[in-house]
Amino acid sequence: MSRNGPLALIFHTIFVIVMVAPILVVCLVAFTPEGFLSLPTNGFSLRWFRAIANYPEFVHAFWVSLGLGALSSFVALLFAVPAALAIARYRFRGRDTLAALFLSPLMIPHVVLGIAFLRFFTSAGLGGSFVALIIAHVIIVFPFALRLTLAAATGMDLSVEMAAVSLGAGGWTLFRRVTLPLILPGVISGWALAFIQSFDDLTMTVFLAAPGTETLPVRMFLYIQDNIDPLVTSVSACVIAITMTALILLDRFYGLDRVLAGKGDTGR
Amino acid sequence: MSASAEERNARTPWVLTAPALMLFVGVLLIPLAMTVMLSFHDWGQYKGIEPVFILKNWHEIVTDPYYAEMFGRTFRIAILTTLLTAVLGAPEAYILNRMSGCWKSVFLLVILGPLLISVVARTLGWALLFGGNNGLVNKLLMSAGVIRAPIPFMFTETGMVVALAHVMMPFMVLSVWAALQRLDPQIENAALSLGAGPVTIIRRIIMPQIMPGVLSGAIIVFSLSASAFATPAIIGGRRLKVAATLAYDEFLNTLNWPLGAAVATLLLAALVLIVVGSNALIERRYAEVFR
Repeated sequence: MSRNGPLALIFHTIFVIVMVAPILVVCLVAFTPEGFLSLPTNGFSLRWFRAIANYPEFVHAFWVSLGLGALSSFVALLFAVPAALAIARYRFRGRDTLAALFLSPLMIPHVVLGIAFLRFFTSAGLGGSFVALIIAHVIIVFPFALRLTLAAATGMDLSVEMAAVSLGAGGWTLFRRVTLPLILPGVISGWALAFIQSFDDLTMTVFLAAPGTETLPVRMFLYIQDNIDPLVTSVSACVIAITMTALILLDRFYGLDRVLAGKGDTGR
Repeated sequence: MSASAEERNARTPWVLTAPALMLFVGVLLIPLAMTVMLSFHDWGQYKGIEPVFILKNWHEIVTDPYYAEMFGRTFRIAILTTLLTAVLGAPEAYILNRMSGCWKSVFLLVILGPLLISVVARTLGWALLFGGNNGLVNKLLMSAGVIRAPIPFMFTETGMVVALAHVMMPFMVLSVWAALQRLDPQIENAALSLGAGPVTIIRRIIMPQIMPGVLSGAIIVFSLSASAFATPAIIGGRRLKVAATLAYDEFLNTLNWPLGAAVATLLLAALVLIVVGSNALIERRYAEVFR
């Protein structure tokens, strides 16, 4: 079926193995029955997954990450949906500048954002608080929420709305009963992608998190700084499993290539 | 009535974007401006941050060779990572594009999926694979006869480049993939019918057409690599610093915020210049592709 030659297929095989290897090795080591880092050569064991429960910092960080991701993606959508509708439908002065501003968190290095937010929230008296984390995450996930909503709003058939207006719908009813249901797939996908971005962010969050508001990536990073043992591989395996589940749902619901096309476009 | 309706119509986009605009001005532009200002403030071990206008931090960055070395390392790693992803990612995207439907989508998922998996988990995987001098990668390379003595990967720039290239690879594949979608498959057949061999086709037909994709992928990979934090921090350890990890240290260990802010401001300015500059160059060179 393939039009690729044998050399191309050998290259492809090695490429795929190298791409998968680090992820696979983390998941395999997580099942080791030994007390040290090793591939499970004699039998699989769940002891390191059970060990997570004895390390409440990880469990707590997981809940922080989950709540932060869900909440910040939702708040980002509250701001992004009206903005996306305006940008998709109206030609007004400053429209391009606004769109560039709203997408700018993609271009600013997260380490710079982390520093800027740390400085800002510390002088506002919110240093290390959950509220500060939510606001910061709203900013970094905003471009993803905006982009997918924008794509849905641009592709929308406006005649449906006009029909609703001619039947007497207006304002809030028009939005709730007609516009929102039509752009909902884009909005939900935007939420899911925003959630993944928030759930995975380390570079910015590491500046803002304090003990008690540490997210899972931050907790994992700080743990790895001290020592690498099978516990952190089993936590990683759980994170990978969660992301994969979200990924598969996203692919089924929206098409992963469309979602990622939006993510890869950061340089332009 | 129509005048007021028109007026309302002109106001609507601003009403709709106002909340987001206020959010961005209040919690993005102001903090960024504060960071730039912070880089001009004074700092001392015992007195803390003093809000005065002083060029001390900038003078230190410019004159102390430590910062030249550190920024040199940061951009060297970013350039090597970019080259590695381009050399390997572009052919892979081409091969991927020639596969049949079902395999294509499976492998696209396998190669692009890692983009969304935690960078900490992916880098941890490389740390496990490198694992000292008798790590899996070295064992494999030695048994394959590629190398005689083990290469040190952990705590070296080599290891950082390999792990970063893996983290950034999906961006390159995606970018080249997008360029390939715009390509007319019949052109290859036309070249074939005119007597071109496979090497000529790739060199004269494919390469020039996917070049904009490779270059825009390169810009993304470069800017993300130059500001990467997790991978250099985990693979490089505490001694081998890049711009992002140095700024982190100044902020959270040394507590010299003004100096850290200066490092971050310089990184941001350098990246914006490089990205905007090369984007302009590419768009001028390949104007017809983007039209």
